[in-house]
Amino acid sequence: MNSDQPSTEKPCCQQQQRRTFLARLSIWLSAVIGVVVAIPGIGFVLAPVFKKPKSKWRPVGKLEDFKVDGFVLVQYEDSSSVAWAGITAKEGAWIRRASETEFIAFSINCRHLGCPVRWVDDPRLFMCPCHGGVYYEDGTVAAGPPPEPLKRLQVRINNGQVEIESGPTPLTLTKIT
Amino acid sequence: MSKKPLMRTWNWIDNRIGFSDYIMPLMEHLVPDSARWWYIFGSATLCAFIVQVFTGICLAMAYVPGGEKTYESLVYITNTAPLGNVLRGMHYYGASAMVMLAVIHMIQVYMHATYKYPREMNWMSGVVLLFVVLGMAFTGQLLRWDANGVWSVTVAAEMAGRTPIIGPTIAHFIMGGETVGGSTITRFFAMHVFIMPAIIFAGIGLHMLLIMRHGISEMPDPNDPVDPETYKEKYEERIQKTGVPFWPVAMWRDVIFSTAIVFVILGCSIFLGPPTLDPPPNPSSINANPLPDWYFLWYFAVLSLLPPKLETWVILGVPILGFIGLFFLPMISNKGHRAPSKRPWAGGTVIFGSVAFLVLTIYGYKKPWSPDFGVKELPASVVGTDQGPLMQGAKLMHIKGCLYCHDISGYGGHRGPELTEIGKLLTRDDLIIRINNGGHNMPAFASSISSDELHLIVDFLLTRGVDQDQPILNGDSP
Ligand code: FES
Repeated sequence: MNSDQPSTEKPCCQQQQRRTFLARLSIWLSAVIGVVVAIPGIGFVLAPVFKKPKSKWRPVGKLEDFKVDGFVLVQYEDSSSVAWAGITAKEGAWIRRASETEFIAFSINCRHLGCPVRWVDDPRLFMCPCHGGVYYEDGTVAAGPPPEPLKRLQVRINNGQVEIESGPTPLTLTKIT
Repeated sequence: MSKKPLMRTWNWIDNRIGFSDYIMPLMEHLVPDSARWWYIFGSATLCAFIVQVFTGICLAMAYVPGGEKTYESLVYITNTAPLGNVLRGMHYYGASAMVMLAVIHMIQVYMHATYKYPREMNWMSGVVLLFVVLGMAFTGQLLRWDANGVWSVTVAAEMAGRTPIIGPTIAHFIMGGETVGGSTITRFFAMHVFIMPAIIFAGIGLHMLLIMRHGISEMPDPNDPVDPETYKEKYEERIQKTGVPFWPVAMWRDVIFSTAIVFVILGCSIFLGPPTLDPPPNPSSINANPLPDWYFLWYFAVLSLLPPKLETWVILGVPILGFIGLFFLPMISNKGHRAPSKRPWAGGTVIFGSVAFLVLTIYGYKKPWSPDFGVKELPASVVGTDQGPLMQGAKLMHIKGCLYCHDISGYGGHRGPELTEIGKLLTRDDLIIRINNGGHNMPAFASSISSDELHLIVDFLLTRGVDQDQPILNGDSP
């Protein structure tokens, strides 16, 4: 029995101190192990949040393919795709040749909650299949819940190619006033 | 072979692992005899979870989390792999079963106020489990990486993006970048198969441990409100007197119900099959009509009904306040009456919640807020003639997209008001003003419609609801 044994040479408080020290040591070292393992992992997982990929110009067709008329849907690769993305790296935009030299393009994302809007030629409106958002051909809101106009994309003509500047999916942000 | 060597082997194992010493006493702990059929939902939820783990692991053997390969692997599982169809179906219906059972279990616990002293933490751990289960259901829907899946992530990211200040960070975290693509699916895969299941396993462990520690509650007695001072002693006393061992006296009911659930899951999978796959996950394809699975449809409906001003607050508030409210419920009331007859507000809340859920879900399925892109032209039987200006006007209703939103005699969408009788209600001038200027939830058509077209449409609309035999007065049309 422990209590019957003659006590160790060390007085009790010394033993107590030693135990406290060992307990602290173990807790601190465990914390260090945790941090050392977690940092690379968390850094890896959060990287996409902080990495700001540069927007890129993507070709969407030859100049002569576009007639001065309503909007057409074009597809191109998004600016931050990963090697295994395949078809999911695609991004879409509505583009219109407004005149010989002028192009207008909108992201297909509805500014309400991001559903893909459709251009309907005759009434000249964009309509959203999700909650009935409607936009005029200049991208401004015609009806429904969207709080903001469609996101305008930059278009340029480069060596007879029409190019669109691909970028992040537009988010509708809550402004704190 | 005699029984002896078998017995000896088992004894050897039992001696080493301590099944009889440690597990059996737990299995045989005393439970109130009054428990009966009310208490089968918790164990059935656990059973559904086990089905999910098993079918999920099997599916993971063929599922490829990455880009278009994901879709191909899903097509393979569904169409080619032996029994793949059944497994996918079981995983899908198992998810529905788990969500449903978890909610029923929670309602039962709430109605009987089992969350009161000393079982507050049983409830709290259950609330956490419920939200993780919903997270599983949601990420699972996205792992069905088709057009709907892709657009559902976009919608989820947009919703998260509404959070003040940190919104974009959360959205980019969810998408694994600034757009939905290859890194999104791998992220959701890791959440769905590693992170959330780990939380659920740990949560279930804690939940069960707490059940063992505090014992299964008795049916509420209207004459015996919970008093934390005396509850434990009284419970202990009663259970020693009238309790029955959980295994096998109380457990057989759980097993019967769980068996039924598993057969329902299997039956649905075989007879209804897994949900059909939409077109491939191409984020640039606009031919998608993103709809969540049924348990989230009510929320989708709420979002379409709200005035825009309130929307952001509801998007963020419902899940956050819902969680906080449920989680801290036992902190607000952990003593007093447990019987539903003494707690009319509890009953009212449950009824109100269920009715709201039902109504919103039905509304969600009818989706009257959405323009209907597939409407057909108005037939001559509705127009009243098959030629002339009247028919031209009717055709224009289709061409100009009016019918996407307005219904006439059963033809057309339901986003806007029905126009079947509009000729009785509005004058020519009213109609012209509304079409030109638009108004509440209606676009202005002034710039996309010629004056001839406008008059053809208005002439047609003025005949709606008006006796067709009367000659139509076109006095001021050009
Ligand atoms: S996402 Fe377009 S209206 Fe809601």
